[in-house]
Amino acid sequence: MKIVVAVIKPFKLEDVKESLDGIGIQGMTVTDVRGFGRQKGHTEVYRGAEYQVDFSPKVRLEIVVDDDRVDEVIKAIETGASTQSIGDGKIWVIPVEQVIRIRTDERGPDAL
Amino acid sequence: MDTGDTAFVLVASAMVMFMTPGLALFYGGMVRSKNVLGTIMQSIFALGLVSVLWVLIGYTLAFGPDVGGLIGNLDFLGFKDVGAVPNEALAATIPHVSFATFQMMFAIITPALITGAFAERMKFSGYVVFTTLWLIVVYSPLAHWVWAPGGWIRELGALDFAGGTVVHINAGVAALAAVLVVGKRKGFGQQAFIPHNLTMTVLGTGILWFGWFGFNAGSALGANGLAASAFLATNLGAAAGACGWALMDLRKEGRSTTLGVASGAVAGLVAITPAAGFVTPLPAIAIGLIGGVVCAWAVGLKFRLGYDDSLDVVGVHLMGGIVGALLTGVFADLAVNGAGADGLLTGGGLALLGKQFIAVGATLAFSFVVSYALLKLVDATIGLRVTPEEEIVGIDLSQHSEAGYSFSESGSLVGGTLHKTEAAPIPVAIKEGSDIR
Repeated sequence: MKIVVAVIKPFKLEDVKESLDGIGIQGMTVTDVRGFGRQKGHTEVYRGAEYQVDFSPKVRLEIVVDDDRVDEVIKAIETGASTQSIGDGKIWVIPVEQVIRIRTDERGPDAL
Repeated sequence: MDTGDTAFVLVASAMVMFMTPGLALFYGGMVRSKNVLGTIMQSIFALGLVSVLWVLIGYTLAFGPDVGGLIGNLDFLGFKDVGAVPNEALAATIPHVSFATFQMMFAIITPALITGAFAERMKFSGYVVFTTLWLIVVYSPLAHWVWAPGGWIRELGALDFAGGTVVHINAGVAALAAVLVVGKRKGFGQQAFIPHNLTMTVLGTGILWFGWFGFNAGSALGANGLAASAFLATNLGAAAGACGWALMDLRKEGRSTTLGVASGAVAGLVAITPAAGFVTPLPAIAIGLIGGVVCAWAVGLKFRLGYDDSLDVVGVHLMGGIVGALLTGVFADLAVNGAGADGLLTGGGLALLGKQFIAVGATLAFSFVVSYALLKLVDATIGLRVTPEEEIVGIDLSQHSEAGYSFSESGSLVGGTLHKTEAAPIPVAIKEGSDIR
């Protein structure tokens, strides 16, 4: 099993969710985060004082899937999140040792 | 001159002024958090812009001595001769400048009302230029027609106590023109456009309700029985409107909503505005209730007809304004106001109702056509709408370089010693193709 983590533009979340729905992904967890990569932030001005704010609002998605589904999940996230412009975000994949469904105590892929 | 009347109208003016910040909160709570300041600005800045315009040119076009029933002449340009001495024709018992200032507050809130329709996608510069032109070319002439001695609608005998036509139908139909010219928000009809802070909206409703006593009772232009009657009618209009919308919510959704009650109160206030100084308490309740019910139904039209009136200016101000203006022709009572007339149910027959129809029709036609033309003109020259990128980022950042809510302390002063980043800051204006979110 793997956890697929993606950091995307907030307004693309609905598109990514639709895209993941389309391949039968049944759940995900999202968090509002802030960050920057090669894309830098923006300026804000208060009473004439100009501020550089580098951390932009982003959404972080986490999806745990069985190994054989990782590639299609990545593809679906790319499809939903891409705007072909800087700041579209990143995806990374991490191995997962165990998954447990709390209600039934099922373990492993059965719990996904 | 009467000191009691003067004191009353001064206080009423301050109350009407306070409605505009109330409107800013009412609207600001209903938009998404990235657009809260831009939305508030479109009301708050009207206090700045229109106050100045009103003194320079707006007032004299509206209330200067009549020219052909259509417009005022330039006698009061720059508030010339508008001083402590009462103007007998306009308001005999208060200083002329008090009357002019009271009217200033109406001129401020009317264009601010329109902004709810194009919320979340309007360029600030486009809003400023449109508001300037609209005040001079639409608001002032219409105020003249309806309220100034010699104005053709006033001479016709149509009744509008505090601004059902001039303020609400006028703003509402201009809002309709605006959404047709500006177009839908990106994602309208698909994405969730969820109000980001309804507590703010409810506070705004309370401030509007409070200020509306100044708006309607103040329109008696004196501290007298008529003002007291209009004061009560105002409260009943708001109250019954809130009840009407709550009932509609209950019927449609199975539960009553806070936003529904807030919207209903405003709808009831809109509906009672033209009638406030002409009706007894029971008709005031009927007008508010009908206003609340009709507007609760009317806000659904935008989805069926496919126009994106963001905060329902058409549904509430246009529809509520029409309901109020026509019902004034049904319920007006000479016993309440000797300067009024009897309506359909008070023994006056169809005469007044017919005049109300003419006033409504003329307002609709004039305001829609001229507003539409002005919007097209501004759109073709400096542009009305933000770029798609700016719309995604939100108008707070793209139009004003500010954030309504900052929960983080990260960031550095440009030019300050803490500013270590090598990348040049992105310019405030966001260019096509760039994307900062």
